[in-house]
Amino acid sequence: MLTNVLRNFRALPFAILLIVATALPVLAGPFEDAVSKFANDEFSDTEEAVGAIATSGNPLAYPIISALQDGRLMADPETKKVYVTQTDGKIIDAATGTPVASIPDSAAAVRLNNRLRRTVEAALGGLTLLSPDPAKRIQAAQSVFKTHDETMLPVIDGALQKETNKGAKLAFSEARAAILLFKADATDAEKLEAIATIKARGDQEALALLTGLTGDQPPAIAHAAANATSAIQSNLALWSMVQNAWYGLSLGSVLLLAAIGLAITFGVMGVINMAHGEMVMIGAYVTFVVQEVIRTSYPGLFDYSLLMAVPLAFIVAGAIGILIERTIIRFLYGRPLETLLATWGLSLVLQQAVRTMFGPTNREVGNPSWMSGAFELGQITITYNRLWILCFTMAVFAILLAMLRYTSLGLEMRAVTQNRRMAASMGIATSRVDALTFGLGSGIAGIAGVALSQIDNVSPNLGQSYIIDSFMVVVFGGVGNLWGTLVGAFTLGIANKFLEPVAGAVLGKIAILVLIILFIQKRPRGLFALKGRAVEA
Amino acid sequence: MPHVLTRSLDRSATVFLLVVAAVGVLIPLSNLLLPEGSLFQVPTYLMSLFGKYVCYAILALSIDLIWGYCGILSLGHGAFFALGGYAMGMYLMRQIGSRGVYGNPILPDFMVFLNYPKLPWYWYGFDMLWFAALMVLLVPGLLAFCFGWLAFRSRVTGVYLSIITQAMTYALLLAFFRNDFGFGGNNGLTDFKDILGFNVQAESTRAALFALSCLALIVGFLLCRAVVTSKLGKVLIAIRDAESRTRFLGYRVESYKLFVFTLSACMAGVAGALYVPQVGIINPGEFAPGNSIEAVIWVAVGGRGTLIGAALGAVVVNYAKTVFTSGPLAPYWLFMLGALFILVTLLLPKGIVGTFNAWWEPWKAQRLSANAESAAREDGVSEPKMAE
Repeated sequence: MLTNVLRNFRALPFAILLIVATALPVLAGPFEDAVSKFANDEFSDTEEAVGAIATSGNPLAYPIISALQDGRLMADPETKKVYVTQTDGKIIDAATGTPVASIPDSAAAVRLNNRLRRTVEAALGGLTLLSPDPAKRIQAAQSVFKTHDETMLPVIDGALQKETNKGAKLAFSEARAAILLFKADATDAEKLEAIATIKARGDQEALALLTGLTGDQPPAIAHAAANATSAIQSNLALWSMVQNAWYGLSLGSVLLLAAIGLAITFGVMGVINMAHGEMVMIGAYVTFVVQEVIRTSYPGLFDYSLLMAVPLAFIVAGAIGILIERTIIRFLYGRPLETLLATWGLSLVLQQAVRTMFGPTNREVGNPSWMSGAFELGQITITYNRLWILCFTMAVFAILLAMLRYTSLGLEMRAVTQNRRMAASMGIATSRVDALTFGLGSGIAGIAGVALSQIDNVSPNLGQSYIIDSFMVVVFGGVGNLWGTLVGAFTLGIANKFLEPVAGAVLGKIAILVLIILFIQKRPRGLFALKGRAVEA
Repeated sequence: MPHVLTRSLDRSATVFLLVVAAVGVLIPLSNLLLPEGSLFQVPTYLMSLFGKYVCYAILALSIDLIWGYCGILSLGHGAFFALGGYAMGMYLMRQIGSRGVYGNPILPDFMVFLNYPKLPWYWYGFDMLWFAALMVLLVPGLLAFCFGWLAFRSRVTGVYLSIITQAMTYALLLAFFRNDFGFGGNNGLTDFKDILGFNVQAESTRAALFALSCLALIVGFLLCRAVVTSKLGKVLIAIRDAESRTRFLGYRVESYKLFVFTLSACMAGVAGALYVPQVGIINPGEFAPGNSIEAVIWVAVGGRGTLIGAALGAVVVNYAKTVFTSGPLAPYWLFMLGALFILVTLLLPKGIVGTFNAWWEPWKAQRLSANAESAAREDGVSEPKMAE
């Protein structure tokens, strides 16, 4: 008895697959007959039934066999009817799929023994490959690709023949290639073809598969495999470069957003605003408040919350900025070091004020539906929120640039930047320009806060984490030139992300700081310094 | 030497030194000799607290030396302070020996915990106090020298310099937070047992450390006075007020700045080294940019360009901080600190001592002339002119 069971055990996968493979062409088999065999309550009949149903291609096959596995398959020996209790508690007739009100009392669960359980499991694995849902088929094929289980080859072959979905077809052929590559009795030609298919796939798993190949291959195959490995490696290296570049662009856009307001106030007024980070934080809290109001009063508008928060954050932060300029900074012009200290004090006050009002913990700011999720591009994943922030940053930058270039306020600001006394002599109200500039810079910090609330924790310390980086961007890019800020932000962002995999996140950051300090040696006024012959003090 | 002394010591400087010396002698004595609970007995915790303030005062002096007299606003002086502290902390860690939790005679606890096979090379020698003391001066001094050499040579001045000094301390903060950097990661160095064989917790050791801190303050003050009243000091003030003009007159501005910056960093290192055994811990938090800026505001409150003011400002602000943060007003302390930054820069740009001098000097001059005394000795405390 025991030996018998063991023998059956060993022969089992072959038996199943033989059944599956041979029966595949006969798709419209006597499904109802097979189902009624469950009612005989004989293990041999049940096994036959499983084999027949698994190969029938009937959409009920999967629910029936998984019900059998879970003991949810009930059979009535008298009427030969079989019922499936679905996972949601509803009952259907297994043969027809029609709903049934209740199972007759004479029905009993179809019994399984260990051997049958194996049969059922194998049948289910094959069924997923034949699942009507293409996504499930692809998933099943992927797992076959990873395990390259030889016994799956007939199923894959069968599935490949009748597959119409493009993605699933590719997945099947890749799985087939993986199996053939490791199949002892496959021909060299088959193996070479398999290597080509795997090479075309070109991801980390393909690489793992190829490097897992044993050393005793014929020279031609070993050579092809080595070639494919190096091709995949260089391909992957390229994609990881693209990935790093994307991360760098994303970080750069965040840095640019945080630094751009600073560049304006620093560039035009020579004012170091240490409270700039707090303007960003205020913008983020404006977003929080807007979302809170929407949540409690107009839940349907949630997707528009950011659109509403942007102008509001600009107005709130801008107004606070103008207030600060009028009450504090105005009195400190020409004393940049004192301005630095006063604005630092201001940042402490603002942080503590927000902490008192909203509490010291992180507040929940949600992503609208159009900002959540991600999509695949080649071998990299791009999240929508990062993509939107990049677009948003570029839009803000373009608007700002246009504003400086084409509006009268922009003209006045540029004039004051270039030569304050001359501008004043030409009748520009420099103090008004100063206040508006400071308001503008603060307002832009506010809308930066709206964007950053989507990717960072909204807490009173939000601004602190950006202030040093923002200063680095401005110092690196050069003062008084928005393009410098743009180049500086993206350079620092990309350099940071390329250093990170090599040196680690923290060391990468330290390296960047050291590099900036060294860079300042070469160009003390940044990348794009304003040219001039004036000597300071 | 006597000449330097007489030049450095005007009346207010002498008074200041006498007060510090008296405090440095009387507080430890009262703590040790008077019975506990007596009206004049200074409790140990208070002595340690004041010891901390004295260390802060030394740090403030070092900042005032470069900011008040040379116009270099360093927002990274906390880094030098912390480096000095770490050097001392490393000595104290090595002194623990096999009394640590893991009982390893060579490796400090955190290294055993992090599976260090052996002592990293940069921990060698720290079992000797003289070596640690040398490092207390050398490490901050060397960092300041390299940093200053790079910065001053390429004429990074004003706010640019402030920002890159801030970046420097920020980079060190990040580095020291790393466990594999070999300085205990974010826990820092703590659990000290003894210093030169004396228990760091013992009252007598604390009293000695307090007296030593006061002595260091006196020496530091004398050193700063010697510098600022010398010809070198005049050049520094010239650099503060008109850097380019000084350069055109033929002075090597970079060298002067580099010298005073390095000296100041060494002083800050000493302050940190004295601070650590008194508070019993050093961790990367000391590198936080906020700490350095806070130290600058002590100087601003006391009066930049007045050495006495810097020391006074450190003590006053920190005492206020202790009082407020331990009382019911604790949530408002940051409001007050922030307001202090704003109000001092707006309304009291000369600081307490500077403003006092501005009122006192004319009155004194009037009195002197009324007494028909011929020109009084130059008081040496130069009026700080607000540079830039």
